[in-house]
Amino acid sequence: MKGVAITGMGIISSIGNSVEENYISLIENKIGISRIENIPTVHADVIKVGEIKKTNEELVAELQLPENNNFSRTAMIGTLAAKQAVENAGITSINEFRTGLISATSVGGMDMTERHYYDYFEKPELVKYITCHDGGDVAEKIAEELGLKGMVTTISTACSSAANSIMLGARLIKTGKLDRVIVGGADALAKFTINGFKTLMILSDDYNKPFDNTRKGLNLGEAAAFLVLESDEIVAKQNKKVLARVSGYGNANDAFHQTASSENGEGAYLAMKKAFEVSGLKPSQIDYINVHGTATPNNDLSEGRALLRIYENEKVPDFSSTKPYTGHTLAAAAAIEAVYSVLAIQNNVVYPNLNFEIPMEEFDLTPQTTLKNKTIEHVLSNSFGFGGNCSTLIFSKS
Amino acid sequence: MEALKEELKNKIITTLNLEDIAVEDIADNDPLFGDGLGLDSIDALELIVILDKDYGIKLVDPKEGKSIFQSIETMASYISANRTK
Amino acid sequence: MSKKTYINGVGCISTQKTFDTVFLEEAVVNHNENVLAIVPPAYKEYISPAASRRMAKGVKNGIVASALAMKDANVENVDAIITGTGLGCIEDSEKFLKSILDNNEEFLTPTSFIQSTHNTVGAQIALLQQCKGYNFTYVNGAVSFESALLDAKMQIEENEANSILVGGVDENGDYTTSLFKLAGRIKKENDLPSNVLNANSTGVVYGEGASFFVLENEKKDSTYAEILDVEIKNSLEENEVEEALILFLKSNHLEITDLDAVVLGFDGNSDSDSYYRNLSENAFVKTPQLYYKHLSGAYDTASAFALWMASKILKTQEIPEIIKVNSVVKPTYNTILLYNQLNGKNHSFTLLSK
Repeated sequence: MKGVAITGMGIISSIGNSVEENYISLIENKIGISRIENIPTVHADVIKVGEIKKTNEELVAELQLPENNNFSRTAMIGTLAAKQAVENAGITSINEFRTGLISATSVGGMDMTERHYYDYFEKPELVKYITCHDGGDVAEKIAEELGLKGMVTTISTACSSAANSIMLGARLIKTGKLDRVIVGGADALAKFTINGFKTLMILSDDYNKPFDNTRKGLNLGEAAAFLVLESDEIVAKQNKKVLARVSGYGNANDAFHQTASSENGEGAYLAMKKAFEVSGLKPSQIDYINVHGTATPNNDLSEGRALLRIYENEKVPDFSSTKPYTGHTLAAAAAIEAVYSVLAIQNNVVYPNLNFEIPMEEFDLTPQTTLKNKTIEHVLSNSFGFGGNCSTLIFSKS
Repeated sequence: MEALKEELKNKIITTLNLEDIAVEDIADNDPLFGDGLGLDSIDALELIVILDKDYGIKLVDPKEGKSIFQSIETMASYISANRTK
Repeated sequence: MSKKTYINGVGCISTQKTFDTVFLEEAVVNHNENVLAIVPPAYKEYISPAASRRMAKGVKNGIVASALAMKDANVENVDAIITGTGLGCIEDSEKFLKSILDNNEEFLTPTSFIQSTHNTVGAQIALLQQCKGYNFTYVNGAVSFESALLDAKMQIEENEANSILVGGVDENGDYTTSLFKLAGRIKKENDLPSNVLNANSTGVVYGEGASFFVLENEKKDSTYAEILDVEIKNSLEENEVEEALILFLKSNHLEITDLDAVVLGFDGNSDSDSYYRNLSENAFVKTPQLYYKHLSGAYDTASAFALWMASKILKTQEIPEIIKVNSVVKPTYNTILLYNQLNGKNHSFTLLSK
């Protein structure tokens, strides 16, 4: 299968405010994990996060939003990334073709809800933020800023959300329902998720160490990334440059536990298997795997076992988690990692899995720990979320 | 000790919403997880918060809970040995 | 040729008695409240107390509605589960957020955080049924359910799944409804009694519910309807709706005169009900018009209640008086269009045939 064309990308994360900045950080080992500055929390001295070092006021100014705007932080970083992607794809007339927007978020505008929750009744000027709580509010805001009038929807399947938005976008184009889809996701840091993950006792107080035997948990992060997918007709008609292609995708459910992954990585295995079926590729054709690799004891064990099942007697290709750079950006994770996957294909690199020291005792799997240059045709990217939601995407050179 | 055990049973029933279970149904040595009361890993996290909030005992690693939460008996003896409030 | 999509089973938990009844014969319109609560089913018949002890209201309703739909369709399992929800299990979101704020981020427990995740309904249905297939959750206001429906239809057309459980679920939470009243989204007490067809004030009467459907790629004895098409448009001006609708019908080789009934999302909000009134008084004057939010209340996935209603009509060929907007009748009901929007955004067209 040829795959669906990617013609534009945009991203903002703790390691950069553009595609270029993110790429430089990745190849120069510049991590974005630090102490939290923008949210007052009692956990500030305990946790490390992948925070975008811009205040909401700076984001408002950058987007040139009017004073009376009611954008949440999630909506602002989402809009920045989506605008970059549209510009990168050279789109000047957004509704010229049947164009859609599929966004993804876990808590959306929760950053505003939690900030103003008890103040709404006393301060009428805050009432405008109540609608930020709607799951679709981020997509709504992005669509308005882009002037997009067609199909707009949002997927929320926890930490696999953006993989699923990319998957839906690819399917909408393959079935001919749309000509062009902007796909991706956004999640800003919030007390809600910080404390949520804290109660599950899966936050590390140190830098996260994916696939390391002494890993203690994840660092949360915030980010947004969007990609532009276009049909081959549009690409041909406009003589567009194709950055890479979405050649495979699969979603499956672990059906094991509400938050934890199964011992043998059943859902992850099924998702990868489906993605290979859709792409027509064999596991041995993958040159780089961008693993989910959150660095929780449970995820890495389950994902590693799933990889070993997929690769049976073959060697598992070079793999790494980029979460030591960015932290786990929840619903945005698969979108930023899609951008990183495309960059790996364009630049023929495998990113290092930072902070790795000791292989896990349960199996013989060692991630790539230094930057490696090699020809990359196909990249597989995993993203798994609560509720057993497991997704795999495969990106291929055009 | 007996009072603490009774207290723990009541807390477990209320916090974990075990509406069909009465204090008398839980024997001191019944396993809380698996075949006994049937609690799971999410319940274990809830029990960790009970330790923290009501008895001032902080667990850092959820794995520590495994031996402590074997039964009401083990839980009560751990609490009486380590409580700070 | 791509496969056709049939609704083969339905299950509905709503603010009316929509289980253990034939078809809205016990329905009552409540003009005097601005937030309506569901008529609860006997949860214990469907979920063991051990399993339900941590479940949010929305999860329980979703599980019961999906069980009803599967029994109705006479299926034991499905290939995929796709849900839509505007706010997810909002009661647990409220609970977790309040405990963060009230206890200064200390002594928090994970249960309400887990239940607050938007995909928890679909995930828990999958867990109970051990369904390892495709599992998506859409959260986009008034098109949350239609997104799920569109996805499910694509899955069947493309042979990715043969049977799919698709549903819309939302629940009311006390604090959130108080915020919605403050924001003017819910009608003020002073503006009651409400009148959904002749809106005399802004805001809506809120409701909650869970409606699930089994969609399959083959017609069976239990079949209610075929889903011909679903379309979502984020933004349409009032004067653009009719044209968009005609284009949508045209792409399905139909005209307005071919429709045997149209289900309109009238919600009694005087700010935006002209979207429906324009169609009601012009394009659809000669078409039987139906409405439902006076029964279900308005909420993000109320349009799933409308699909339940339209499915019942196509199967029984009967239209209860309580849902009629006008007195136009047809000898048979073969083709029904559903149109919904919210405040001029998130428009959806859903086309069904017998």
